[in-house]
Amino acid sequence: MKIKAKVVSGRYFDSVSLMRVAREVLQMPGVEDAAVVMATAKNKEIVDASGLLLPEFKNAAENDLLICVKADNEKTADAGLAQAETVLSAKTKTGETGAFRPRSLAGALAEHPDTNLVLISVPGQYASAEARKTLEAGRHVMLFSDNVPLEDEIALKQLAAPKGLLVMGPDCGTAIINGVPLAFANVVRRGPIGCVAAAGTGLQAVTSIISNLGSGISQAIGTGGRDIKKAVGGLAFRTGLTMLKNDPDTRVVVLTAKPPDPEVLEILSAEIKQLGKPVVALFFGGDPEAVRKAGAIPASTLEEAAHLAVALEAGENPEMAVNRLVLHEKNLEETANETSAHLAPNQKYLRGLFCGGTFSQEALTLLKPQLGKIHSNISPDAALPDAWKSVEHTIVDLGEDEFTVGRPHPMIDFSLRNRRILEEAADPETAVILLDVVLGYGSNMQPAEELSPVLMKAMETAESSGRHLAVIVSVTGTPGDPQNMDHVVNTLKTTSAIVLSSTAAAAKLAGKIISRIDTNRSTRHE
Amino acid sequence: MSDLFSSPLNVINIGVESFDQSIRDSGGQSIHVEWRPPAGVSPEALERIRANADRIEQANAEALKRVQAGKPMLVGMDKAVDVIPGMGKTRFLHAGPPITWDRMCGPLKGAMIGAVLYEGLAASGEEAEKQLAEGAYSFAPCHEHSSVGPMAGVVSASMPVFIIENTAFGNRAFCTQNEGLGKVLRYGAYAPEVIERLKWMENELYPALKAAIEHSGGIDLKSIIAQALHMGDEVHNRNRAGTSLLLRALTPSLVRAVKDREIIARVIEFINGNDHFFLNLSMPACKAVLDAAQDIPAASMLVAMARNGTDFGIRLSGTGTDWFTGPAPVPDALFFPGFTKDDANPDIGDSAITETSGLGGFAIAAAPAIVQFVGGSAGDAMNYTYEMYEIAIGENDMYRIPALDFRGTPTGIDAVRVVEKGITPFIDTGVAHKDAGVGQVGAGVVSAPIEPFVKAVEGLAGRF
Repeated sequence: MKIKAKVVSGRYFDSVSLMRVAREVLQMPGVEDAAVVMATAKNKEIVDASGLLLPEFKNAAENDLLICVKADNEKTADAGLAQAETVLSAKTKTGETGAFRPRSLAGALAEHPDTNLVLISVPGQYASAEARKTLEAGRHVMLFSDNVPLEDEIALKQLAAPKGLLVMGPDCGTAIINGVPLAFANVVRRGPIGCVAAAGTGLQAVTSIISNLGSGISQAIGTGGRDIKKAVGGLAFRTGLTMLKNDPDTRVVVLTAKPPDPEVLEILSAEIKQLGKPVVALFFGGDPEAVRKAGAIPASTLEEAAHLAVALEAGENPEMAVNRLVLHEKNLEETANETSAHLAPNQKYLRGLFCGGTFSQEALTLLKPQLGKIHSNISPDAALPDAWKSVEHTIVDLGEDEFTVGRPHPMIDFSLRNRRILEEAADPETAVILLDVVLGYGSNMQPAEELSPVLMKAMETAESSGRHLAVIVSVTGTPGDPQNMDHVVNTLKTTSAIVLSSTAAAAKLAGKIISRIDTNRSTRHE
Repeated sequence: MSDLFSSPLNVINIGVESFDQSIRDSGGQSIHVEWRPPAGVSPEALERIRANADRIEQANAEALKRVQAGKPMLVGMDKAVDVIPGMGKTRFLHAGPPITWDRMCGPLKGAMIGAVLYEGLAASGEEAEKQLAEGAYSFAPCHEHSSVGPMAGVVSASMPVFIIENTAFGNRAFCTQNEGLGKVLRYGAYAPEVIERLKWMENELYPALKAAIEHSGGIDLKSIIAQALHMGDEVHNRNRAGTSLLLRALTPSLVRAVKDREIIARVIEFINGNDHFFLNLSMPACKAVLDAAQDIPAASMLVAMARNGTDFGIRLSGTGTDWFTGPAPVPDALFFPGFTKDDANPDIGDSAITETSGLGGFAIAAAPAIVQFVGGSAGDAMNYTYEMYEIAIGENDMYRIPALDFRGTPTGIDAVRVVEKGITPFIDTGVAHKDAGVGQVGAGVVSAPIEPFVKAVEGLAGRF
C-alpha cells in the first residue's frame, strides 16, 4: 500500500464537487481510499483518522485543497492524484469560460436585486455570516448547511422574525417554494396544502404522497430540526405558519416534527388556533391528545398526515381517510404470512438501513412497541455499541454524522449502504432488511440501477445458505421526479423485493413478518 | 419581503453547485455564486471591523471621492536629486516595500549595481556590488518618496524623472523614463550598453522632452488614459495607444522647442519603438491620484500595492505609513522562447499602482489584444474585470470600458472586501529572470497574495 498526497493552493471547491472527485478517484482500479477535501482542521482530523494524512501535510492551510490517495502501489497512487487534478481542472475551465458568475452574496445581490431567497450550503463555520448578510439585505434564507452553532441559529432567527423573513434551517435539506423544489426535494403538483416541517425527508414524504394522491402543495417550508427546541422557540415555525395563514392558496396545513418542547408547543398552539385553516400535525411519538389540545388533528405517520390533509381539503371526513389506510394495512397480512413461511428457523431479526433521518425515526417509533428493544444509532436508550455493526433488531440512520463526515450523504452515494446490505444478508439471523429509497432533486439519479444488483446478490447469498431473505423497500417520490418513479419501482420489484410507497407501510409489514416468526415458532414449540 | 409567495422565486445559490442546476431544471430562477471562504483574519479584528463598518464605509467613500477628483498632469521633468523630496546622492530608491540588500532578489540587485555604475560611483560591477553589500548607500521604497518605478524601479540621484502634478490637490509624483524592452536596468541588466542607453536618455532624450513638456504647458494624463482605454490599452501591460496619444500630444511642442531635427527624429523614433513608454506616465499618474487619498482615518482603501521581487506589500489610506507584506508570488505567465517558470523571479515592481487605482488587471476587459495572458478569450478578460468589481469601492467616473457598455472601471480596492470575500486583486505583470542581467522572460498575470491583506485588516482594526 502506498499513500500519496498533494496540496493545491488558492482554489476553492464546494464539498459536494470534491466528493464527486473523490468518487471518481475511488473508482480507479487499485485505489484503496481517497480523500479530496479543503484542509480545514476538522477535515484534516477525519483524513488523519482514516490514516490518509501524511505528516508533511498536517500543516496544510484551511484554504488549501488537500488530495490524498491510498493505492496498491506508487504508480497507481500518482495516477489517482493526476486523475483528481484532471477532474478538478475540467471543472474550473467551464466555470471560467462561461458567463460571469458573481463571487459573493453582495456581488450577486447587486446584479440581481429581485432576489427574494438565498440558498446557503457553504461549510457550517461560514454559513452564519452569509445568512446574516442575507437577512440584513432583507431576503429569506434557506440554510442547508449543518454544523451551525445553536446560538447562531437563535441570533439569526431573532433577526429574521421581526422582519417577517424565513430562516429555513440550519440543516434544512428540503423546501418547495412557489412550486420550485429547493435542495433535496421532489417534483410535486401545486395545490392547496401547505407544509411546515422540522424533518427533511419527512417533508419529502408528505409532499410526495399528497401529490401522488392527486392533490398538491402550495408551499413546503423546512425549519431545521432544532427549531422546535425551547432555546429556539419555534421562531421559523411561527413565521412559516403566519406566511401560510396569509397565503390565499393554502387551505390546509400539515406540520411535521419530533415532539416540540412543551413551551414551544404552547406557542405554536396559539398560532394554530388563530390560523383559520385546518391543521394536521405529526409529532413522532408525541401525545395525540396534546396535539388535539393544541388545535390540530393528530397523525401517527407521514402517510397518514398526507391522507388526512388531502381528505380535509376535499371536505371529506378525516376518519374515512384513516379507515382507508387501515384497510390497506390489512392487505399486508397476506404478504406477511407468505413471506414469513419461507424463513429459516434461526432467521429472526430486523435490519433497517435508512438514508432518510425521518424515516428511521418513523420506523423506530412504529416498531418499538411491537418488537421491544431495537438497537439504533438514533435511539439513546438502546444505542448500538458500534454503529457499523448490527445487533439483534437494528435500525440505523446512515445519514448521521458518523457515516457522512467526509463522504457524500447516503441519499446520493449508495456504496456504504450497499456494503452493509451484503453484510446483513450474510448474517444467518437476519430475517428482514428494511430499506428506503428517496427520489427527487439532489438524490442519487440512478437508484434502481445501483441498488437492484446488490439486492439480488444479497438474496442469492441467503438462498445459497438455505435461507430466504425478506427485503422491503419504501420508495419516496413522484412520477415527476427526475429518476422516474415508475421505472425505479418496477426495476426494484424484479429483484423480488417488496416495494411499498411509504415507510409506515414498509415498517408495519416488517413488524408483521417478525411477529409471525415468533408466532410460528411458539406454535412449533407447542 | 413578506410577499415571497406572490412573486416569482428568484434564488441566489451559495455553496453546492448542483442545487443551482436543479432549481433551473425545474423552472426556477437561480444565480450561482462562485463562493470562496473568507481569509483567516483574527476573530477579534473582524469583530472590531464589523463594529466600525459604518465609519469605514464613510472613510472609503471620502477616499474614493478624492481618487475620482484627482487630476494628474504631466508638468515637467528634472533630475531626481533636484526634485524628489528626501532624495540624496547616495540614496537609491527601489520598487515595493522596504528591503535590505541581503534579501533583495537577483534583478533588484542587478539594477542597484547598474545604478551605482550609472552614477559613476564604482568602476566595475564587482566594486559596485561590494559597496552595496557593505552598506555604502541607503535604500528606500520609491513609494516613500512620492515615486514609483516599474520592475526593479531603481531611481538614483542623477536620473531624470517626469513630474506629475495632481492639480486638484497640489501633490506631485515622480517616475523615470521608460528604457524599452530587452536588456534594461529595470530587469536587473547592467551591461555597458544598458548604462550607455541610460546616459543617452539623460543627455538627449530628457532635455528634449523637458523642453517639449514645458512648451506644451502640461499634458492631461487623465484624458490620455481615458482615451487609451477606449483604444485597447489597460495602461499596464498594454500601453500602445497611450504611447501613441502621448506622442501626438507632444510632437508639436517637441518640434517647436527643440532645434536639432536629428534629435527630434531620434526622440520620436525611441518613443515610437517602445510601446511601454507611456507606462512610466500612467504609473505616476495613478500614484499622484492615490497619494491624495492617504491618511483618511478608518479608510480600508489601498493607496499602494507594490512588490520588490521578494515581498509583496500594501498600504491602506487609514493605516498611515505602515506596510503590510507577504511573500511575492511567481506570476502565471506566457514565457518567451527558451524560458520557463523555473527562470521566473517572484513578482516585482510598483506597476501594480495601476490596479490600485482601477486600471491594469482591473481594466483588462478594455484590452482584448492581451487576453492571451488570461485564457485567450475576450470573455475571460471581461470576467476578470467583473470579479474585481467585487472588491472595489466604486466605479470610475472617467475611466470607462467600451466592451462593458462604458461601465466605469472597478476603482478603489477595499482590503476588508478582499478578506471577507477571499478575492485578491488581479494584476497584469511582466516577468523578470531571477538572475540579474538576463532581463524580461515573459509576461502574464498574478493574483495578489492574501497575507498582506489579512495583516492590513488586522492593522486597521488595531487602530479602532
